[in-house]
Amino acid sequence: MVDQKKLIVSPAPFWHDGSSIPVRQVHTIAAAIPAVLFGVFLYGLPALGVVCLSVSTAMLWELAANRMTGRAYSIGDGNAALIGLLLAMLMPATVPWWAVIIGTCVALFVGKHIYGGIGGNPFNPALIGYAIIMVSWKGLFDFNAALVNYDFGFNMIYPLAAVKQHGAAAAANYPLCSLLLGMQTGGIGATFGLGLILGGLYLIVRGFIRWEISISFLAGVFITALLFNIANPVKFADPFFHLLTGYTLIGAFFLATDDSSSPVNLIPMLLYGAGAGVMTMLIRNIGAYVDGVVFAVLLFNIANPLLDKIRPKALGKVIDHA
Amino acid sequence: MLKKSFFGFTKPWIHYAPINKKPQSPISVQPSGTVTYFLERSFTSRANLLLKTGDSVTTGQKLMLCEGDDTYIISAVNGTIADISPHIGEYGKQQTAVTLSCSPEKTPDTAFADAAGEQTLETVKQFLGAIPGGASFADFENADKSIQTIIVCGMDSDLMVATRQHVVNTRLDAVTSGIAILKQISGVQDVRIAVCKDFVQGYGHIGAKIQFVDTVYPSALPKLAVGQVMGQTVPAGKTCLDMGVFLISVEAVAALADAFETATIPSEKLLTLINKDGSQQLVSAPIGTPVRDILAAFNISLQEKDRIIKGGPMTGFALYSEDHPVEPDTDAILVQDGATIPLYSDYPCINCGECVRVCPARIQVNMLVRFLEARQYQEGADLYDLHSCVDCGLCTVVCVSRIPISQYIQLAKHELAQSQAVEAENG
Repeated sequence: MVDQKKLIVSPAPFWHDGSSIPVRQVHTIAAAIPAVLFGVFLYGLPALGVVCLSVSTAMLWELAANRMTGRAYSIGDGNAALIGLLLAMLMPATVPWWAVIIGTCVALFVGKHIYGGIGGNPFNPALIGYAIIMVSWKGLFDFNAALVNYDFGFNMIYPLAAVKQHGAAAAANYPLCSLLLGMQTGGIGATFGLGLILGGLYLIVRGFIRWEISISFLAGVFITALLFNIANPVKFADPFFHLLTGYTLIGAFFLATDDSSSPVNLIPMLLYGAGAGVMTMLIRNIGAYVDGVVFAVLLFNIANPLLDKIRPKALGKVIDHA
Repeated sequence: MLKKSFFGFTKPWIHYAPINKKPQSPISVQPSGTVTYFLERSFTSRANLLLKTGDSVTTGQKLMLCEGDDTYIISAVNGTIADISPHIGEYGKQQTAVTLSCSPEKTPDTAFADAAGEQTLETVKQFLGAIPGGASFADFENADKSIQTIIVCGMDSDLMVATRQHVVNTRLDAVTSGIAILKQISGVQDVRIAVCKDFVQGYGHIGAKIQFVDTVYPSALPKLAVGQVMGQTVPAGKTCLDMGVFLISVEAVAALADAFETATIPSEKLLTLINKDGSQQLVSAPIGTPVRDILAAFNISLQEKDRIIKGGPMTGFALYSEDHPVEPDTDAILVQDGATIPLYSDYPCINCGECVRVCPARIQVNMLVRFLEARQYQEGADLYDLHSCVDCGLCTVVCVSRIPISQYIQLAKHELAQSQAVEAENG
């Protein structure tokens, strides 16, 4: 009995499908890369600077949070890098460095670590960071003002702002094809529609995001925009325009699908996605903000725990009506 | 090893694999030095024991620890008792390990041969409680649970295991007469045999209604299989026995027939040995043979930090020693290379929902595990359907955070059962 080999003993099951958190984060980052590269290609070094600063400071804040809370270092799992990357994708290329650092700080601490780190956050951390700096320094995210020094030969007015001010007629200046190919102003990684769609489809096919959320979000945006458009074609732009402008696509594939702040059952996922889509269009068309994705998704993040109570009856469950 | 498919948006469909068309014959392995048996009773003192070290034992002899015990073991070999010691089984179960050192000759014990003339429940209970396949015949006499249906399990509930499948394919005659004996001793006429769809061909009249279970894991797990055979779901928190259904392995049914035909107690256990590379081999070994002898017979070298599992990859039980014996219900032995073992992590749940989509019992595993991690077992049972779980382990297989979910669930069930037992005792 003394010279026995030490065997590994563990509870069943003894297989695992090999998935892990780092793999999931790395694939999400990879799916976002085409849209980011397009932004960097368009805006040059300033955009690259924002992306690098955002990703690196997000990771440093993660490290700081790990040290402060005395937990195992989770900087290597890619989640902080993904939050930094998503935040950078939402911002204009000219955003000042301090705004990026504050944004990632808020995203990591207020958005993620005060709830206990990965998996505990009730909101999408990147959106928390973005929303707080957007509300605090409104001028930074006026894309018309921020990108005034750039001219790439296409319509350089921010599409959603143009439609908000001049009505549906302004949408005619943006051919759908050029919107899809990224010929519009906006956030670094939020304008290249084709890249975002391909990245999103990749994530859906590989099972890294839940297709029900993305599709119902887009459907919510489309149907609400269509109803507005039918009600008043002069004032409200057509639904295809709304699908391809602002943060709609990045919202559908990268923001609303954040794991811990979105539901997991079928009906709740559909309600969540559609609700956020409808809310986006309400804010865009009759709200104060030019784009509504950020607040619509945050709002439905809060609704997530309640929505996820709608669930199928478990096997053999006896409901006691007494 | 299982790999997540490239197209990750679909549910993983893991199929039970049929063994080859031409059944391989099992290779026989004999114990080299000792055999060990576990008695289902605690070992408290050495006083008044019927067994003593040095006692000689003959093949097929019934061994009891104390006078009047209802648990016993049947020796599969001739030998002498080398050791009697307490043993702690799964979840701290108190057992007594009896080790015999075997000798090569086989002298049959005659106690069963004398009693085998009449096929009664009493004879079966007295002598055949530890036949290969395992069966608790005492359940037939349990007054508050009347048994209406017997289900003969011809399907292997875990993946990669082909033991019962082999019995169904090669020993239908014995199964047929075993079913007749079962009917006679129990008085239950509704006997059904459950087999995996498409796995078995060419059976005639065997005295039982043949029912198919689905070939996608975990359809052949006991609770789900009973649901398919009976057409009604086993209520959460209830056992199959509570529904009046008695489950018995097809191997035990065949062994029942063998016992009365040959007037000896069968002791050769059929099992599937699954090697490190995933290759399967049918093995026949006397109950009590240490796993070490089986591995040695097939030249499987065991390294430090490898894993030996009694049972299949999804529902088995990891052994901490090579000396662990083959038990009546050991349908498989799985050996895993230490380098390929995925380790659990202490990451929290990220709410990805993979477990919820894969769960055959439709449990909100993501919520349940949050309660169980905080040791709120009763809340987990009340709010998130802990007792609906069928212990298939799929949630743990697909978990992105690599949480030992199944362990939490089994621990929670165990703790709740214990506290309920204590409450019942205190009135």
